[in-house]
Amino acid sequence: MTNMMKQLRLIVEREYVTRVRRASFIAATFLTPLAFGVFIAIIHFIFRYESDDALRIAVVDPDHIFGGAIADEKNVYFKLVGEPADSLRSRAVREGDRFPFDAILAAPRAGQVLRKDYQVDYFSDRKLTLDAEPILLERLQGALRRHKIRQLNLKEEELTALDTRLVIRAHPMQPSEDDSSPFAGKIAAAIGVVMGLVMYTTVFIYGMMVMRGVMEEKTNRIVEVMVSSVRPFPLMMGKIIGIGAVGLTQVAVWAVLIPGILLAVNLIFGISPRPDTLPIETVDWNPADAELMIEQIAYDLYQMRWRLILPLFVLYFLGGYFMYAALFAAVGSAMSDDLGEGQSLTIPITIPVVLASYIMLAAIQAPHSTLAVWASIFPLFSPIVMPARLPFDPAWWQVALSLFLLGLTAVALVWLSGRIYRTGILLYGKKVNLMDLLRWMFR
Amino acid sequence: MNGRLREPPAALKQEEIMDVLLELQEVSKRYGDKIAVDGVSFSAPAGQLFGLLGPNGAGKTSIIRMITTITRPDSGKLFFEGRSLGGRHQSVIGYLPEERGLYKKMYVGEHLIYLGRLKGMDKADARQKAGEWLERFGLSERWGQRVEELSKGLQQQVQFIATVLHRPRLIMLDEPFSGLDPVNAGKLKEEIRGLAQAGAAVILSTHRMEQVEAICQRLVLINQGRTVLEGSLEAVRGRFQQNRYRLQYAAPWAPAADGPYPLLPIGEGEVAVDLPAGHTPNDFLAWAMAAGATVSSFRQDAPSLNDIFIRLVKQP
Repeated sequence: MTNMMKQLRLIVEREYVTRVRRASFIAATFLTPLAFGVFIAIIHFIFRYESDDALRIAVVDPDHIFGGAIADEKNVYFKLVGEPADSLRSRAVREGDRFPFDAILAAPRAGQVLRKDYQVDYFSDRKLTLDAEPILLERLQGALRRHKIRQLNLKEEELTALDTRLVIRAHPMQPSEDDSSPFAGKIAAAIGVVMGLVMYTTVFIYGMMVMRGVMEEKTNRIVEVMVSSVRPFPLMMGKIIGIGAVGLTQVAVWAVLIPGILLAVNLIFGISPRPDTLPIETVDWNPADAELMIEQIAYDLYQMRWRLILPLFVLYFLGGYFMYAALFAAVGSAMSDDLGEGQSLTIPITIPVVLASYIMLAAIQAPHSTLAVWASIFPLFSPIVMPARLPFDPAWWQVALSLFLLGLTAVALVWLSGRIYRTGILLYGKKVNLMDLLRWMFR
Repeated sequence: MNGRLREPPAALKQEEIMDVLLELQEVSKRYGDKIAVDGVSFSAPAGQLFGLLGPNGAGKTSIIRMITTITRPDSGKLFFEGRSLGGRHQSVIGYLPEERGLYKKMYVGEHLIYLGRLKGMDKADARQKAGEWLERFGLSERWGQRVEELSKGLQQQVQFIATVLHRPRLIMLDEPFSGLDPVNAGKLKEEIRGLAQAGAAVILSTHRMEQVEAICQRLVLINQGRTVLEGSLEAVRGRFQQNRYRLQYAAPWAPAADGPYPLLPIGEGEVAVDLPAGHTPNDFLAWAMAAGATVSSFRQDAPSLNDIFIRLVKQP
């Protein structure tokens, strides 16, 4: 037994070390977050790219809607002109390039204060760009609003008071201190989705890696030497554990690097998540709201029962990874040198994983629905569905039952996979189907 | 899985006393409907080279896998020094499979240490032994190279080192010379002889008879899952000794075709003769000289292993 443990340790170590030092691993681990950062930076750069093309607009405002002055914007310059719009237009045609403006904006006429809809004329040979249009609209709406307030003898505050804003605060029936904010549900959903997706991707990526590793050993024929030194079971387990450790290393590096690089991108390019990069929304954005929101989100995150959620997440990760990785190992052992031929054998494994991910997305919407509850207990789905439900405080018996079944199933499937594996790795030149695999399990 | 001490089988007592290391007793193995091995028995002594012969598909690989504890027999038993062979013997068995394979991305030295440690060596011992063996094969400077950077022949030598690194007492070599050039094959042959002289039982599985003839002391011939022939090389040869002789003579000699001996011309100045029952070589020589032959040499025509092999395998 101690000898087997020693061998297992050696195999785990080899699987881990030879993978982690590969250039492809180092590239994937360190360049992925970097590429991510570069991508974000480029996206922001594209959206923040400001035209260096100046637009000079002559504003005709006979009724002084604008109150005598209009604030310029970068590359958009306004000038109030006394001349009527029609004469300006004919001058523009006549003077051509010598005309000092690119466009003429005719401000709306005063009067009819209760009118809601206005049409404003804009004359130019240049298309109204997506950059400039919101600026014009914002200037016009602001000017009309101020004009109407003056005309109606209202006060700015009175008008603001009419804009009612509402949030629904959810409380538990029993009053308690850890009162959640209106964001609690959304945060729980976000955490749930992140955990569910992390489970889904890790199971797939590293499960496939196990399968490829097993196939390589078999087609390499090294497996024949290996099984004359080690029993097949520790050989399989060593690979699964070693690759699992590779996965944890990669995820850990990403967990540190991705937020770090995003922060760095922010600092370098001055990109902030504040919506002022999106001019259309600036109208009713109140910075005080943002601070409150961030505070509340932080508070809600703090209120999550992390001390329960994280260890449970790790348990589900282990159960799910071992269960699926063992199945992938079994399939890998049955494959011949031809990858395409064996691909059909992976379908019975991928179907539950994909199904589970869809159920997980549904479970986020309705975490206590019958589907969500039972899918989070069914062992083939639970590693992906239950982590998504964890932030919504599922009943303890559901978690306990689900973990128990998952543990049982994982042990059973690892054992059965071991039986397929020990037959599959020594079999060459025969096309294997699902029935063969089932037969090997119980032979 | 309790081992038990056994008396040497009767068949061996008749021949010389041997230090039997591995013994197979009525071993059978089936895969599905196909019987791969059917009641095979033989013994491999320590300190000798043992040939495991058989045509393709005879069941050699199935036997090898049972000897290397990769699979177990369906019936029959395998013994290592009189005790039931099992997983605990893996550390004293070295196996070179016919289809070679190493981890391509690993470094040569690292790989050898890894395989040695799996066989129970400690790290320092494995490192030292690996260094010694690489030096013996003139491969010392390959220590830090990746396996995939080596030529196929060199990979094969590295794999041989991996097979014997942990000082196995039973060495199972499956077609060890295939793919090697004559120089390296000769070098390997010497090393294998050395290992046997140092006390290991070396089993050489091959379908190349001349290799067995050149280096093995004992052999077993397997055909269609069954033992066809087992024994020392001399005994086997002796059993298939024919009454055939070769006579070389100084030309010219034209014996009459209707003489008492059927002569088979072999080449210029040479004939073979199968002596009929009741005739001795003396009778034949006397007749030949009387018929006018100037004899330059006369010897018994020993059958090659190849002839025996083909004759036995062709039998229905």
